[in-house]
Order: sequence, then structure tokens, then C-alpha cells
Amino acid sequence: MLAALVALAVSGPVMGASDSFMDPQGPIAAVQKTHMLRATWLILIAVIPVLVLVPLIAWRYRRRRNSAATYAPNWDFSAGLEFLMWGVPVAIVVVLSIYLWKATHRLDPYAAPFGEGPAVQVQVVGLDWKWLFIYPELGIASVGEMGMPTGRQVALTLTTDTVMQSFMIPALAGQIYAMPGMTTQLHLVADTPGVMQGENTQYNGRGFTGQKFETRAMTQDDFNGWVETVRANGILLDGDTYRTLAMRTDRTEVQAALGTEKMPDNALYFRLDDGDLFHTILGRYHRGTALAVHDQPGTADFGKTPTGQEAGE
Amino acid sequence: MITQDQGFFGRLTWDSFPVAALIRHPGTNEIVANAAAAVVVVGVVVVVALLSWFRLWGPLWRDWLTSADHKKIGIMYVVFAVVMLARGVLEGVVMRAQQAAGPGDGFLAAEHFAELFSTHGTIMIFFVAVPFVFGIANYVVPLMIGARDVAFPVMNQISLGLTVSAGMMLMVSLVVGEFSTGGWTAYPPYTGAAFNPGVGPDYWIWAIVVSGIGTTLTGINFAVTIYKLRAPGMTFMRLPMYCWTIICSSILIVFAMPPLGVAALLLAADRYLDFHFFTNDLGGNMMNYANLFWLFGHPEVYLLVLPAYGIYSEVFATFSAKRLYGYNSLVIATMSIAILSFTVWLHHFFTMGQSALINAVFGIATMLIAIPTGVKVYDWMATLWRGRIRFSVPMLYGLAFLMLFVIGGLSGVILANPTVDYQVHNTLFLVAHFHNVLLPGVLFGLLAAYNYWFPKAFGFRLNEGWGRVSVALWTLGFMLTFLPLYFVGLLGMPRRSFSWEDPDFHPYMIVALIGALVVLGALLSVLVQLWVSIRDRDRTRVPAGDPWDGRTLEWSIPAPPPAYNFAIIPRVSDRDEFAAAKEGGAAYPSPAAYEDIDIPRNTGIGFILCVLSGVWMFALVWWIWWLAILASVLIILAIIFWSFDSSTELTIPAEEVRKAHEAWLEQVRQAPAIDRDDETTSRNRGLARPDLEPAT
Repeated sequence: MLAALVALAVSGPVMGASDSFMDPQGPIAAVQKTHMLRATWLILIAVIPVLVLVPLIAWRYRRRRNSAATYAPNWDFSAGLEFLMWGVPVAIVVVLSIYLWKATHRLDPYAAPFGEGPAVQVQVVGLDWKWLFIYPELGIASVGEMGMPTGRQVALTLTTDTVMQSFMIPALAGQIYAMPGMTTQLHLVADTPGVMQGENTQYNGRGFTGQKFETRAMTQDDFNGWVETVRANGILLDGDTYRTLAMRTDRTEVQAALGTEKMPDNALYFRLDDGDLFHTILGRYHRGTALAVHDQPGTADFGKTPTGQEAGE
Repeated sequence: MITQDQGFFGRLTWDSFPVAALIRHPGTNEIVANAAAAVVVVGVVVVVALLSWFRLWGPLWRDWLTSADHKKIGIMYVVFAVVMLARGVLEGVVMRAQQAAGPGDGFLAAEHFAELFSTHGTIMIFFVAVPFVFGIANYVVPLMIGARDVAFPVMNQISLGLTVSAGMMLMVSLVVGEFSTGGWTAYPPYTGAAFNPGVGPDYWIWAIVVSGIGTTLTGINFAVTIYKLRAPGMTFMRLPMYCWTIICSSILIVFAMPPLGVAALLLAADRYLDFHFFTNDLGGNMMNYANLFWLFGHPEVYLLVLPAYGIYSEVFATFSAKRLYGYNSLVIATMSIAILSFTVWLHHFFTMGQSALINAVFGIATMLIAIPTGVKVYDWMATLWRGRIRFSVPMLYGLAFLMLFVIGGLSGVILANPTVDYQVHNTLFLVAHFHNVLLPGVLFGLLAAYNYWFPKAFGFRLNEGWGRVSVALWTLGFMLTFLPLYFVGLLGMPRRSFSWEDPDFHPYMIVALIGALVVLGALLSVLVQLWVSIRDRDRTRVPAGDPWDGRTLEWSIPAPPPAYNFAIIPRVSDRDEFAAAKEGGAAYPSPAAYEDIDIPRNTGIGFILCVLSGVWMFALVWWIWWLAILASVLIILAIIFWSFDSSTELTIPAEEVRKAHEAWLEQVRQAPAIDRDDETTSRNRGLARPDLEPAT
């Protein structure tokens, strides 16, 4: 059974085109996969002897009459064996550590070792239960769909406007936490055009498992076209629209609230109004005054006035 | 934050009971929730009825609840742990069923599923693993070091009381209100008052604070017991390996539990008093919580697994009929793990955005732990090597542990690589990893200990056949449930997903559910084994006390041991003191003279504090301030009154000790000395003779 599961996991086609770093769509995830496999082989040097020898020893030295096996009840030390027992794990860990050191620096999510040219800047805001992608240089934003050009690095700056979330597009790179009032960074590169799933991996309430989005990697030309489509069909992301977006709603609910016929069924397109929405969101937590619950997106009371009426309707 | 309008019962109203939801809008989700509440209520009613019917309230009070005997406290810890284990396993099965019911939404509401994974984790760590580990330690450590009790017997009773009352809060949360949905780690701001104003996180906070105090006291108690109460001649390097692991575990508790208590209390300050330690606004920062929590959380897993390593060390030596290989190495390895465990907490959040340098340092520190752990595994294999291995139940658990634990070690070292952790963090790969170390590591060790020391505690052996069935079921159940999760984690399935859509996940979810049902069968087989063993107890009694040809001091006394453990405190000159005594013909000596023995007298303080702390927690959870103040005052008064009680010891006259001991020595003389052929037969009355002569 185990063998069948292994076969299932490592065989590409079964895995669903590109939702996992086992089927990487960019150089970062590819290195992560290689690193994992290489580390696994190295560790197996220490593990396989155990898996092989434990049954053999247990069988050979099982208690029975007229056993030919040696019995040494008082044998409890061997300098040579000690050397081997400490030496082998030390050697493996030294090799792994060197490898770990290099890989951790090379794949630092804050650094951008892959891809040429200036990065596409994307600001990511985690909301309950959707991700908002802001393209400040392009004047657009989207929900449910993140467009990116292939062969170029994409520099994400992340925060949330609710509880902590964790942002991940497995086929491209690992995850990074997004936290309110703080920013984290992540770099992505996609090799070839394709659609990859992105998600939140940190439980944050009833919409958690629906907090997914499509990452659309496109050629530069197609990407330019996508930007134009978003700009042409998007609605203005002003304060009221953002409030509606930030309500505690899942993707379907928010699509019903803000979607138009010009947008796809599972994505929202926006034109930016506030040139620096991202920093407006961040700044909310740094005003030095307490934030009332009805001003805090992600709470049950958000959007209600203190007396319990809906605001902005 | 606390609002103004509350009544006499704080925020407790009719709607706080899940029955209210069932009546208003009945559905599968409400039925499951109410069934769970009903199990708790019916369970309590049945226990109360049985105790009344068999008139057991008196004996329960006199012999158990007020006892300060470390052996009885140990047994009560284990019983409590097994009750909680049953709930934890059932929750696991329901969660696996929910995920196997996909693709789609399954049968539970998202919040209900979240309560399940939160209680499952909280229960399994704090109310199964910790009490089970320290239940066994309570029973065994004083016997192994030749002591008559722990250093602070009443504090021991109080530790138990606080642990149980905290555990009861999780049971109460099934019937009144709801538990936290924030996972066992309870990360703010999700668990803060703004996002979760209900009672759930408060149940978590107070259960953690109170059980944390109990566990801290236990750590202090066992460290002092082993430092101070070893029998004469038992130097540190003659200490049985198991006791070494308990020292390390106790040290870990003393240093690791306070950060958890602090983290939980700061969260309480945020929730109750409008502080801003971990809120989004006013400078609150949830990253501080993550650091504090894991400063506890990582040592925690080692304080659980080290005692299991100790158990395996005893089991491998005894059932290989051999000295433990590499004692010095094992001691060094255990201490190294204890120290290193404080240097790796950051690997629980490599993905929080710190620099590559910091991640690399903590990643390497994490991998360093693999070195002493690997050494231990090889030392155990060398203990088996050239032994005469008996495939008894504890040994089978040990062998299953060796084979499966290295797979958990493999995935652990993989996770230590920040590069890879970025991908598999928060996925089922991680869930598979920690179940892989906690089941074959900790649970198998505890079950081995249960089978190994049961005859010492109760005077009769557990059924061997059912024991083997349970080994097989636990092993198979573990593999079916958790190995698939590694793969589905690599495919990218996030942990804590109440629903999923990717059809590739489906086969894994089905296999994992089958596995969970096998685990449920394994739990049942443990109960069946106990029942069959009690039924057949007259054929399996081992009054002489040494059913396994044991090597350490606890096997040199009657089974079950007298209240004072040792009629005469032994003098120790060997690491395997009892094995050496048997070899040299010096076992079962008749002492020339006996002395009066002082043992701790019964006291009700532990039980009183158990009840009062329960009331205190409940009142705080529900904002019933007058009751919280009343309970606080009563707790303080109870401790003050108890501290004036000067008659804390009961003296057993030398004559009584002599009679009992000589009667036992007579039983030993009459018991047939058996070799290991008869170990599992009714001829085994607990007196061992040298086994097969060496073949050479």
C-alpha cells in the first residue's frame, strides 16, 4: 500500500497540473524540490541501516533453545562502535548543514536570485476570506486572480487587514506569513505560462478553505493585455468598495456583492483610487489610538456602527 | 473586552447550551455536538450511579482521592489520561471522517471542525501525553531509586488535582458553551477579543494556565525527588536510564512551562482587561506570542518523548536479557537533547519573515538534535545485538517504535530545512510528522510502560494475546492514518482543512479514515486486554514481584508493593542493582532488624483545590465575578488552613513491617523459580531463575 502511495505522490500527471512544489512551475519551487529530495537521500544513509538491521537483529538474537547466536549479557560498550554511532550522524548533519546554509540564503524569500529585469511589484492584503492583489505601478487590483508575467520576478509585499494568514503558491515558492500592521516579502518567478493555485494555509475561520486564488502566469504580452482588461473592466476601489471587500465574506459572497458581468465568474477587478491603499491599510494600526471593533475588518461587528446599523449602505 | 450588561450568571444563558441550537435548527452538525455533550453527561451519571450502587464513595475517598501515595497518584494520572485519550481518539476519527467525506464540505460546520482540532491537540498534549508520562513516572521513579515516596507527596496530589480540573474544563466546554477554534497553539490575534469574543479561547486559556501550574509543580517534585531521595550508593551514573530521562524532562518542565503560562495570561489580559500585548492596534504584536508559545512548545515535545526513550531503554535491556548498551552515551545524548531543545523554537515559524541568517542558524540547531537522537537509536540496536530477545508486548512496542520513529526523524530533519519548511509548513506533512513522533515515540512508549509495569502495580500480568493484538492494531492504524498524510501534505493540502476540492487528495483521505478506524480498534483492544486480564487475574498473579527477570530495584519488592515500597532501603552498588543481586545470590535478603516507617498521611487538600480551581476557571470563563472572587478566597483559605496541619505523616510500626515483609519472603520461597520459557504462563509467580545457559 505504501509503495502505491509513494508512486502516486511522485508521479506527475496524477498530481493535478501545478498545485504542488512536487511539480514546480518556477525555479524557486524547483530548487525546493531538489533540496528536499537530496536531503532525504542523505538522511536515508542513517535511516536505512535501522530499517534493515532491526528486523535482522531481532530475528537472529531471538531467544530460543540451542541458538547458535552469541549471547553477551554483560557487553555494554565498544569504542569503535561508539565512534561510528556518533560519527555517522555528525558527518551527515555537517553535510546537511552546509547544504541548508547555502539553500536558505539562496532561497531567502526577501531576496530575488532568479529572473532578470525589474520586478513586478504586487502588494498583497489578506482579508477574511480572500486575498487582494494591488499592482501600485499599474493602477489596478484584483481578487481571486493574480496575473504575472513569465520569466520575470514578481516582488510581493504582504500584510493582512484581519488576523494572521499565510500566503502560498506551492508551484512557485513557499509560504510567508502575512500579519496585520506589518509587512513581509516574497519573490516569485514562473517559467512557463500556466494556472497555479494559491492559498492561505493558516486557519482563520469558516471561509478558510475557500481562500484560494488562481495564479495566472502569462507571457509579457499576455500580461500587458490582462492588465488592460483589469483596468478596463474593473470598478473603482474606493473606501466604500474596500469596506465591502473587507467584510467577513467568502469568495462567493464577495463576488455576489461586487462582481459585474464584465468580470470573470470567480474574480474581481479594480481600478485604484487611493494611490497608496496598501499603506493606508498598514497605517490603520499605527495611529496610536485604539481601533474600535466595528472598524476592524475580519470581526463580526465590522461595518456596523456602534448602534448596530450597517454603515455605508 | 468585557461588556457591561451581565446578569447573576455572567454571560451564561440558555443559549450557551448546545441543546438550544439543536432545538432551533437541527442538523448533522448539531446532532454530533449534542451527542458529544450527551456522552459527557451520561458518562458522569453512569459513574455516579455505579459508585453509589456498589457503595464505593467511601473507599474512593479514603483510598484514592485523599491519598498522597505516589503509586495511587500515578494510577489516577494514567486513568485520567486514558479517559481523555478516548475522547482525543474519537475526535481524531470524526475529523478523519469529515475529511474523507469530501471533496466538498463534509458533514460538520467549519467552526465545529475547528473546535475538534483545537480540543484534539489541547487534550492529546496537555491531558493525555503529560498526565500519562507523569503517571508512569509517579509510579515507577520512587521504586526505581529506592525511595518511599516523592519529595513532596502533597504537592504531588495537588498537581494531579490541578491537571484533572483543567481537563474537566474541556469536558465542560462540550456541555456549556463552546471551545476555542484557534487550534492548540491559540495564536492571536485570531484568539483575541476582537475576532473571537466568545468563551472558547477563555476555556483554553484557563485550562492551560491551571494545568501548567500543576505540571510545573510536578517537574519541581521529580527533579528534587531524583536529586535527593536516591537510595544510598545510587550515584548519578548508577541511576537507571529511565530516571535520567525523568530528570531531564523535569528540568525541561521547570524552564519551559512558565513561558506558556505567561503567554496565556498575557492573552487573558488582552481579552479581559483590554490590554494590547497581541492585538493589531496600539503596538500589540502577535509575533511575541509565537515566540513565547514555542519557547515552551518545543521543549514540550522533548519533555514528552525523553521519558519514552527511558522506557524503551529499560524494556530493551530487560527483554534482551542484557545490560543496556552505551549507558554513558545515552546519558550524554539525553542531556544534549534537553539542552538543544531550548535552542530551536524558531523552527515552528521559519515562515514569519525573519532573515535567512536566523532561519539557517535555527535550522542547523534543529538538525543537531538528530545527532544524539540517532545515537540513541543505534545504542538501542546495540542493546538488542547479542541479546536473547523475547517478543513480549513491551518489546514489540519497542521494535515498532524503532522502525517507525526513524521515519518521523527523517521527516523531522527534512522540516528542519527552512527552504523545504516554506513549502510543507501548515500542511498535512507537518501533521504527519508530529503524529509520527508522538505516536510511535511517546504513545507506544507509554503503552509499553503500561504493559511492563502493570504487574508491579496490580500484582497480575496483562493478557499477552490481546496485548499483541493491540500492538498490531496501533502499528497498522498509525501507518494507515498518518503515512498517507505525508504525501497529501506534499501535494499541498493545508492542515485544519474542513473541506477540500482537489480530487487527488481523495484516495489518501479514504485510507487515512480506514486507518483512524483501526486506531479506534486499537484503543478498544487496550480496554479489552484490561478487561480480560482482570477476569483472568487469578492465573496471572506475580506476588513475588519479578515477572520479567527485571534488572532494576522496582522488581525486588512485592507486587503490588506495600504503601512504604521498601521494608528496608536498599544499598546500591550496581547500575543493574537487582540483576546483579540475583546473579550474586544476594536477592531477597532477610533483614536483621526493621524500623518504623513514616509515610505521608491522607489529605483532602488536593481534591479541594481540584474542585475550587474548577469553579474558579468556570467563573472566569463565564464572567461570573462573584463566584470567581469566592473561589479565589476559598483557595487561599484552604491552603492557609492546610498549612497548619502538622500531622502529615503516618507511622507504620516496625513490627507490622516485619510481619508483612516476612510473609512476602515466605511467598517468594514458595513460588516456583521459572526461566523465561514460562514467562507468559501461569507458572510465573514473579520469581525468576537464570535463563538458558550461554550457548558457548
